[in-house]
Amino acid sequence: MMGSLRSTTAMFLKDFRSELRTRYALTALMLFVITTLSIILFSIGNESVSPEILSGVLWIIVFFSAMSGLSRTFVSEEERGTVLTLQLLAKPLTVFFGKLLFNFALLASLNTVAGTLYIILINDFVVKNYAIFLLTMLLGTLGLSAASTIIAAVVSKANTKGTLYPVMAFPILLPLLLTVISATRLAVEGAPFSEAAGEFRVLFSYFVVIVAVSYLVFEFIWKD
Amino acid sequence: MPTAILHASNLAKVFNRRSIFSNINFVIPHGRSFAITGRNGSGKSTLVKILAGVISPNDGNFTITLDGTEVKRDDIYRHVGLVAPYLQLYEEFSAWENLDLFRKLRGVDVPDVSLDGLLEKVGLYKRKHDLVRTYSSGMKQRLKYAFALLHEPEVLLLDEPTSNLDAEGMSMVSEVIAVHRTKGIVIVATNVREEVQRCDASLDLDADPARQGVRS
Repeated sequence: MMGSLRSTTAMFLKDFRSELRTRYALTALMLFVITTLSIILFSIGNESVSPEILSGVLWIIVFFSAMSGLSRTFVSEEERGTVLTLQLLAKPLTVFFGKLLFNFALLASLNTVAGTLYIILINDFVVKNYAIFLLTMLLGTLGLSAASTIIAAVVSKANTKGTLYPVMAFPILLPLLLTVISATRLAVEGAPFSEAAGEFRVLFSYFVVIVAVSYLVFEFIWKD
Repeated sequence: MPTAILHASNLAKVFNRRSIFSNINFVIPHGRSFAITGRNGSGKSTLVKILAGVISPNDGNFTITLDGTEVKRDDIYRHVGLVAPYLQLYEEFSAWENLDLFRKLRGVDVPDVSLDGLLEKVGLYKRKHDLVRTYSSGMKQRLKYAFALLHEPEVLLLDEPTSNLDAEGMSMVSEVIAVHRTKGIVIVATNVREEVQRCDASLDLDADPARQGVRS
């Protein structure tokens, strides 16, 4: 057990150091956030936009940013030909959980930047219940990173990686996106915490189901 | 080191409905070297990958037994070391960082001094902190030997073992094979006559379908 944890940590640290040196995903994610936010700011201008729409727009930014960067964890291993190396080094689940941890860290950084900039730059987006907002961001990040990781593993084996990723991700992520948008709207409207309990239960269950399914199928995806 | 035996029976592999090979049978006892030969496309590398446990045969099976106990399929990676042209190491890391990562991922307790010894053995000690992307193809091949030997595997699989190597590198390979043969099993996939002749037995994948090609 401890050995698996150490190997998983080593996998995460490998991806982290590799990302710092190659900037495979980080640049794509951050550039997407900044570009999209700028376009939204120009589009809104002096117009007043309802919190409902702004809650949806925030998660659109997060969704497409994630699509542009999170697949890199597996795709870069395929492109560099290091999949065989990893297969010879560690058990499949060690690789999966190391990658999941890395995608979570990457997405958490992205969401922190995107959420902060969104609150600062969009005047009509005022969070009135930070407890709901922060828990939504955390559970949304967990679910999104878990789903993105397993989808990336599948997509990395395909020939048309770039196109397939968002196409496959959309139906799988739709329940998650609808729930986080609803919870974010509650945070902006200043609803009491108990009102968002249903959304949190869905988000937590989504994460558990995705991780459980990934646990069962990853080995078949990873090995030929 | 435990006594290793590798047993392959009726191995077959099909890609896109094309049979690569079929009915492959051999047994390699501890302390022996075994060559796999055959023209390009005959399936040497595919057979090596099957023996490394990274791809599955369409038919048949192979087992590695250590002191009479069969190694589980999930644990084969702990007992094999592979050197091959299609094996890639992390170019954004140095040789030292690669080996450090490998020992942590494998969960093996290899001290720093042993890593240095391994790098010295493959002739990369002086360049151990240089990024792999700055290495020549021969140096990368040498690093693959360090990768394969790090965890002291019982079965060493060498696909085109001397590709890109200079004379010094080739003699290093000969030494690795000679030393490792006393500790376990060495399997060499090659078409270089001298390398085949140095092995105790060989399998010709171009032989007739009845696969009578094992020389011993």
